Amino acid sequence: MTFPILLVIVLLPLVAALWVLLAPGSDDARAANARITALVVTLIELALGIALWLAFDTSTAAFQFVERVDLFAPFLSWHLGIDGIALLLIVLSTFLMPFCILASWTSIQKRVPEYMAAFLLMETLMIGVFAAQDLFLFYLFFEGGLIPMYLIIGIWGGARRIYASYKFFLYTLLGSVLMLLAMIWMASTAHTTDIPTLLTYNFAPEAQTWLWLAFFASFAVKMPMWPVHTWLPDAHVEAPTAGSVILAGVLLKMGGYGFVRFSLPMFPDASVELVWLVAVLSVVAVIYTSLVALVQTDMKKLIAYSSIAHMAFVTAGLFVFNTQGLEGSIVMMLSHGLVSGALFLCVGVIYDRHHTREIAAYGGLANNMPRYALFFLLFTMASVGLPATSGFVAEFLVLLGTFAASTWLALGMTTGIIFGAAYMLYLYRRVIFGTQDRADVLAMTDLNARELVTLLPIAAAVLWMGIYPTSFLKPLRAPVANILARLHHAAAPVQTVVPAGKAVVK
Amino acid sequence: MIQLLVFLPLVAALIAGLGNRMLGDIAAKAVTTLALFVSAALAWVVFVSTGLGHGAAYTLPVLDWIDSGDLHIAWAFKVDALTSVMLVVITSVSALVHLYSWGYMAEDPDQPRFFAYLSLFTFAMLMLVTADNLVQMFFGWEGVGLASYLLIGFWYYKPSANAAAIKAFVVNRVGDFGFSLGIFGTFLVFHTVKLDTILGNAHAMQGATFHFLGAPVDVMTCLCLLLFVGAMGKSAQLGLHTWLPDAMEGPTPVSALIHAATMVTAGVFMVCRLSPMFETSAAALTVVTYVGAATALFAATVACVQTDIKRVIAYSTCSQLGYMFFAAGSGAYGAAMFHLFTHAFFKALLFLGAGAVIHSMHHEQDMRFYGGLRKNLPLTFAAMTIGTLSLTGFFFTSGYYSKDAILEAACARGTEAGYVAFVVGAFVAFLTSFYSWRLAFLTFFGAPRWAGSEHIQHAAHGDDSPEADAAHPGGTEGTNDAVGQEHDHAPVQAQAPTGTGGYHPHESPWTMLLPLGVLSVGALFAGFVFHGVFLGPDADTFWRGSAFVHRDLAEAMERVPAWVVWTPGVAFFLGLFLAAQNYLRDLEAPQRFTEGFRGLYTFLVHKWYFDELYGLLFVRGAFAFGRLFWATDRNVIDRFGPDGVTAVVGESAVLAKRFQSGYLYTYALMMLVGVAAAATWFVPRMFQ
Repeated sequence: MTFPILLVIVLLPLVAALWVLLAPGSDDARAANARITALVVTLIELALGIALWLAFDTSTAAFQFVERVDLFAPFLSWHLGIDGIALLLIVLSTFLMPFCILASWTSIQKRVPEYMAAFLLMETLMIGVFAAQDLFLFYLFFEGGLIPMYLIIGIWGGARRIYASYKFFLYTLLGSVLMLLAMIWMASTAHTTDIPTLLTYNFAPEAQTWLWLAFFASFAVKMPMWPVHTWLPDAHVEAPTAGSVILAGVLLKMGGYGFVRFSLPMFPDASVELVWLVAVLSVVAVIYTSLVALVQTDMKKLIAYSSIAHMAFVTAGLFVFNTQGLEGSIVMMLSHGLVSGALFLCVGVIYDRHHTREIAAYGGLANNMPRYALFFLLFTMASVGLPATSGFVAEFLVLLGTFAASTWLALGMTTGIIFGAAYMLYLYRRVIFGTQDRADVLAMTDLNARELVTLLPIAAAVLWMGIYPTSFLKPLRAPVANILARLHHAAAPVQTVVPAGKAVVK
Repeated sequence: MIQLLVFLPLVAALIAGLGNRMLGDIAAKAVTTLALFVSAALAWVVFVSTGLGHGAAYTLPVLDWIDSGDLHIAWAFKVDALTSVMLVVITSVSALVHLYSWGYMAEDPDQPRFFAYLSLFTFAMLMLVTADNLVQMFFGWEGVGLASYLLIGFWYYKPSANAAAIKAFVVNRVGDFGFSLGIFGTFLVFHTVKLDTILGNAHAMQGATFHFLGAPVDVMTCLCLLLFVGAMGKSAQLGLHTWLPDAMEGPTPVSALIHAATMVTAGVFMVCRLSPMFETSAAALTVVTYVGAATALFAATVACVQTDIKRVIAYSTCSQLGYMFFAAGSGAYGAAMFHLFTHAFFKALLFLGAGAVIHSMHHEQDMRFYGGLRKNLPLTFAAMTIGTLSLTGFFFTSGYYSKDAILEAACARGTEAGYVAFVVGAFVAFLTSFYSWRLAFLTFFGAPRWAGSEHIQHAAHGDDSPEADAAHPGGTEGTNDAVGQEHDHAPVQAQAPTGTGGYHPHESPWTMLLPLGVLSVGALFAGFVFHGVFLGPDADTFWRGSAFVHRDLAEAMERVPAWVVWTPGVAFFLGLFLAAQNYLRDLEAPQRFTEGFRGLYTFLVHKWYFDELYGLLFVRGAFAFGRLFWATDRNVIDRFGPDGVTAVVGESAVLAKRFQSGYLYTYALMMLVGVAAAATWFVPRMFQ
């Protein structure tokens, strides 16, 4: 038997969480233990994630590192396995976690063991979502993720944390109920909850529509798509920095992952049939949320709204049914995970010093925090989609894909590159540029070593993904081709070019 | 060699930028400047070997970039005659601007950052012109946009500079919106973004159609126009020009390098690079011609009433870019590139000369406070005069050759658009001569009017010490424009008190004068030396397909009537005469004019009201909609969504209480109902 790497990577944080909670000692000792355990474990997780990546065979679309224990077969078995898409999302999750722990190192002083345990539990559930190969196992991880995040916002959050966590819970749960019903129906119809089997199962087209809509209810909330997005700004604003990083970095990706894993390959006919819905909501989201981002006065809210706009690129790209759109969407998930995570860390840096997220309270930071200004600029540009950053590769591929499907969609989505530049540069100007008279802001110190260590690797990853994205595109090829093959018979819309001399046919 | 040429500026930028204060001013400046001079030397080698020496064009792959499905993009360098021309222009002007900045920025506390940005810009621009595919070109395109943003906002404590920087970036993004769609469309049609393949197959796609926004349209026209929107943004053509004058907030060396000689010409370069594509669509070429002509006219009219020395030159740049575009639209890509080439020399010269004047005048930029400077700044005066002569197309200067060629080409083209462009171009030549000589006369002739300037008053009252300068690096360069607008309704001379105010302007240091000298040589002789190469009967063998050459157009240009050839010369003298009449002899004349034609004057001073219109439509519109949507989030979505649910749950809790009677049988009944319902649903399905 080979080393059960997925089992370890999923369960190790859970074990660590228990140890952190149960460890004896004084409050200070327990806090110190929690911090160090969490950091060490998340670093081991990162190492395991990288090991997965290195050992991964990119030439096949089949699920790898498969582990299977039939618990209550045919319904619910412990079945793990990953393809290239899951691999990259797992690597993203393990990559962001150590920075979350570091970002909380000094800013969290209340109930540290519980906090670290919540994060470790979160890591187990996140990786579980991406590795699960059983429908109900997936559901358990997917919904379980709500609980630690609910706690993180509700206990360590800001002033309106109760309202925010409640809103977060209500929205996401509502969608989940519908998804659960759909899953039960699927299990009873197909007589299995095995995801690889379901991926090749052909549901009747009429049933697909209902199933698709039920899953859509859950994933659209998780993304979030307009108009079920209003939980996100509140959740971000109230969440502690690391909570925002995980929320934006990984939790939002679960919706996109769900579309890729379930909606597209399992309900191909419904996906094609309902493509208009996704397209319209995506375009509305880009324009609507970008404009809302422009008028925000709270930094986190601004970045939260920008996240919604970026997620609209993901949904638009997923539903154009071509390689560029699909691969671009997944790269967008990775890129947004890094960039928005880094932007929230950047907000955290100055929040820790000045204890406000109000944009107007800052300004002129280029003077006393030049290194910070540089990092913030890099992530701003990545968010705007400047070539040679990860954001560009993602945006470019998605938009290229949309053009091949519909010029209207391409036109609507591409306005995002104008709006994006406007709200991000306006933010950057108000925080970094200008003059500053207030002594307390002027006295803010530049990035310390701990903060540099958190931002530098993300910056490197953003540039890597921007300059040589092949490393990230390679694992995607086979699974994306597989999904497209499922969609192939479902006649997706495409633009056609009519050579000269022939009549234009509609 | 090409790798070294392109990457040296990047390496230098990284060293200077990341090393910054650790490295110190001198080291940072030396590294970047040295790197640029090496690059410039290499560029001339490339130009001589590939361009003049008819060496083979080649493409050098560097690294895979994006590989997705049938899309393959690599980082690669494409070197041909067209590239080699751009390489020479970019690196030469950049090297000179680096050197010039030693003097101009000497008092700035943030010099490593400035030089790092300059070198970064140069790198991005080099990537743009060496791109072998549209996406790498877009990388350079956005890269120069970033560098331009950073440099315009270099003095980040100035609100006006920040506003100008954002404006430049966002307006350019509007152009990039078109450029991006153009790239997507090109990929859809040609299944590649590689330039060689696209240009090779462009002809085969002539007349093909596809659906764009629901309407069947000609493929090539649609693609060319989308791509041209990008060119309009970068090259500040009418409609997307509003950022360029504001970009003058940046330090003057930046204006010379980015907003005159190189970046703003990227659009022209793009059209020439893609000339085989544009040649497949007469409609697209017509649009290019009209847009170019309209821009040339618009910018020239506005330049005539500006009082800020840099803004006059900025509008002039805008106008000259219009010339290049209508040349390209007329099919004379060689002439467009030639004007780009000569313009780089004389416009950089004018900007750097203006910088020297501003430097000497203690950061005063308003020409109303100049006058009589030729005695104090004889070398600067000489350089500016050469620049002006060349810009206005005086015989046998560089500008003469290129502008003549453009007007002849427009006329020889024989299309309606061509004739319109010719007439507009000839009138603009007259305006160009007028505003250029107006600038020269206001600055260097007449009596000194320095006493009215606040900058000069500061300087004359002893704040001229290096400490005071260091405390206010860059002074308030550019900010007096807003004030200038207020005063514009008053005539130019009458309001400024005359006199020197006790101030003694001094000539700039050699680091600034040397670039002026070199560029003066270029402005005088580049046209004479190279016109045969770019435009002559053997132009084919120079371009070798890198830009489309119309044989018959070249022949038609030989046969244009004599009066066409003489038109620019006449325009030159008319403009000179009018400027001399108004600004040397009859100093009250401008005032009489503004009073006589108040409506026209106000229209021009407000730059045709573009900024006001856009501000109202787009900026305020975007913010208004942003607030509206934000309110929608709270008042509609939340109200009927989660908050509404909360309220409903609260209501129904009251209702539910009735069922919570506490009696066991009620619960039992409810349970039974529930189980029955669940069983009804599940059981038949489990035994299907």
